[in-house]
Amino acid sequence: MSYTAATVQLLSPEGELVASDATAEYLPYIEKLSDEQLREFHRQMVVIRRFDIEAANLQRQGQLALWIPSLGQEAAQVGSGYAAKPQDHIFPAYREHVVARIRGIDPIRIIEMLRGISHGGWDPKQNNNFHLYTLVIGSQTLHATGYAMGIQLDGLSGTGDPDKDEAVIVYFGDGATSQGDVSEALVFAASYQTPQVFFLQNNHWAISVPVTKQSRTPLYLRPSGFGIPGVQIDGNDVLASYAVTSANLDAARGGGGPRFIEALTYRMGAHTTSDDPSKYRDEEELDFWVKADPVSRFEKYLRSRGEGDAFFADVAAEGEDLAADIRKRTLEIEPPPVSKIFAHVYSDPHPRMQEQSAWLTAYEAAFEEGQA
Amino acid sequence: MSVESLSMAKAINLGLRKAMEHDEKVILMGEDIGPLGGVFRVTEGLQAQFGLNRVLDTPLAESGIVGTAIGLAMRGYRPVCEIQFDGFIFPGFDQITSQLAKLTGRHEGSLSLPVVIRVPYGGHIGAVEHHQESPEAYFAHTPGLRVVTPSTPHDAYWMIQEAIAGNDPVLFFEPKSRYWPKGDVDARASGIPLHTSRVVREGTEITLLGYGPMVNVLLAAAEIAAAEGTSCEVIDLRSLSPVDYEPIVASVQKTGRLVIAQEAPGFVSVGSEIAATVTERAFYSLESPVLRVAGFDTPFPPAKLETVYLPDADRVLEAVDRAMAY
Repeated sequence: MSYTAATVQLLSPEGELVASDATAEYLPYIEKLSDEQLREFHRQMVVIRRFDIEAANLQRQGQLALWIPSLGQEAAQVGSGYAAKPQDHIFPAYREHVVARIRGIDPIRIIEMLRGISHGGWDPKQNNNFHLYTLVIGSQTLHATGYAMGIQLDGLSGTGDPDKDEAVIVYFGDGATSQGDVSEALVFAASYQTPQVFFLQNNHWAISVPVTKQSRTPLYLRPSGFGIPGVQIDGNDVLASYAVTSANLDAARGGGGPRFIEALTYRMGAHTTSDDPSKYRDEEELDFWVKADPVSRFEKYLRSRGEGDAFFADVAAEGEDLAADIRKRTLEIEPPPVSKIFAHVYSDPHPRMQEQSAWLTAYEAAFEEGQA
Repeated sequence: MSVESLSMAKAINLGLRKAMEHDEKVILMGEDIGPLGGVFRVTEGLQAQFGLNRVLDTPLAESGIVGTAIGLAMRGYRPVCEIQFDGFIFPGFDQITSQLAKLTGRHEGSLSLPVVIRVPYGGHIGAVEHHQESPEAYFAHTPGLRVVTPSTPHDAYWMIQEAIAGNDPVLFFEPKSRYWPKGDVDARASGIPLHTSRVVREGTEITLLGYGPMVNVLLAAAEIAAAEGTSCEVIDLRSLSPVDYEPIVASVQKTGRLVIAQEAPGFVSVGSEIAATVTERAFYSLESPVLRVAGFDTPFPPAKLETVYLPDADRVLEAVDRAMAY
């Protein structure tokens, strides 16, 4: 579909490593991966896919207000997620469930957002620098850029010590590339030469609007106009996602300035559970991407390396366990206390919060007295 | 000399300098704020003193300024952003209202966002469109933000430091028409809570309430009224959100009458809100309806009409006469 001659692919759809001039600089990153790390890539992709199905089911059963599927985008997310080092900061959009899980976020925290319990609520500092989801399209790219400016002001990029250097990776989608904030983030990143990777998942659809409506040029070319190097990868190839993101984060951490990756992938499901893709896209396109499925491709690769049925059965079982656990815990979630309305609107004491909170307490107490 | 006669622009400059000396995490960002010192010269000399890493001339993009300030605050910095003119804040409106104002709550206590956004505002400078507006109500309406505005050089000096020292986002509106007149600034003064209103002239028969550029207009009106035999109390609101109601209610309980003045359009404004609240809290003390004197509910007109559009002492006195007639 939208693959170009420039698309970096390390793993063919048949599950074979692609050795070429174009892949030569990235293959060393793959050669360093242990068998256990490769198995983890697969495990995360499979388990999150099962979680995704369970969450969508929970929504259909009225347990969630909405679900945001990541079906089809697992490789782009798992590869880039593992490319980030512990000291790096990750600014997600709102579909990066597996990146959250890789960084230690309990997936129930995402469920809570979509059940109306929180607007996020996890502490990035306590969760391996995985920041909160941002629902306004593209807004997080500026926060990520500001954060990267802060790293630079702290003198913690380009120190010459790769274990000390930090970088930021920010996720956004093809729809977001039309937002002014994304362009402004690219301007600021280029201007201050921030240690930062812009990771665009081009899943081809912004709800019902195709990427062709967002851009007449391949999106990996857009950053060149801002003075930022761009590269396009096969986003359904977890090895390409890992290696190319690693290389670009290394460059950003090392003081090479911002980088931009366009990962070509596909939103195999709906935008959200409120969406109906049958109204705007055809079966033929979906068939193409089903054949390019990231999980089955990687399974072929692992099997070619000698991984047997036992491993794949184990991974499937882990997915089932997580799904069952999430279902059970979702149904057990208590509604938040009403005090949550006022608790953290401000950091410092605020008279209107105090007055209105006290009023609500008294108001509710009046009903209880009436019942007594 | 601890007490100096300074313009408000210089007083804010001094306050910024103090804040930057006090805390190395305080950084300034904005358009043209470096070598030029900002279009109003409020940041003059600060980049020379503190360096390029503390005073950032940014690209010309308000959403970018606010959005990256949010990221810097997440990293532990205390950014003070300058928006060049009131009417240019709207490209940054989404980042201010949807992100800056809400991210503290979204983090449920694990994140503070000490970001100050300085906004020169108001009329009386004879400028072109978008350069004379008073957009404070949009921000006062937004939960998660604090909104303040000084009317004197001295208040500007300490209020900017308090705004920077706090842990919440603050919209700091600077009345452009008051940038240049000088007033005494006492550099020793500190420790006044940011969100306090102040009685600036005592009186007994009617309370005149305003903020920023209107305070001087109210004082002039009070002087004229006094000559005509009416005793006006004048209150400088200083904080638009939250509002320090106690001195206002106490004053209205004493005088029984309240006129609120602002440059901004009156419909759904700070004045409307205060009129409603004072009516609730001091109903039995009121001898007349709370009256508002405001800009008309129109876009700010071409500058040759600004003196007609903007409330002056005569329009305040007309409201005083109406209130006193009850």
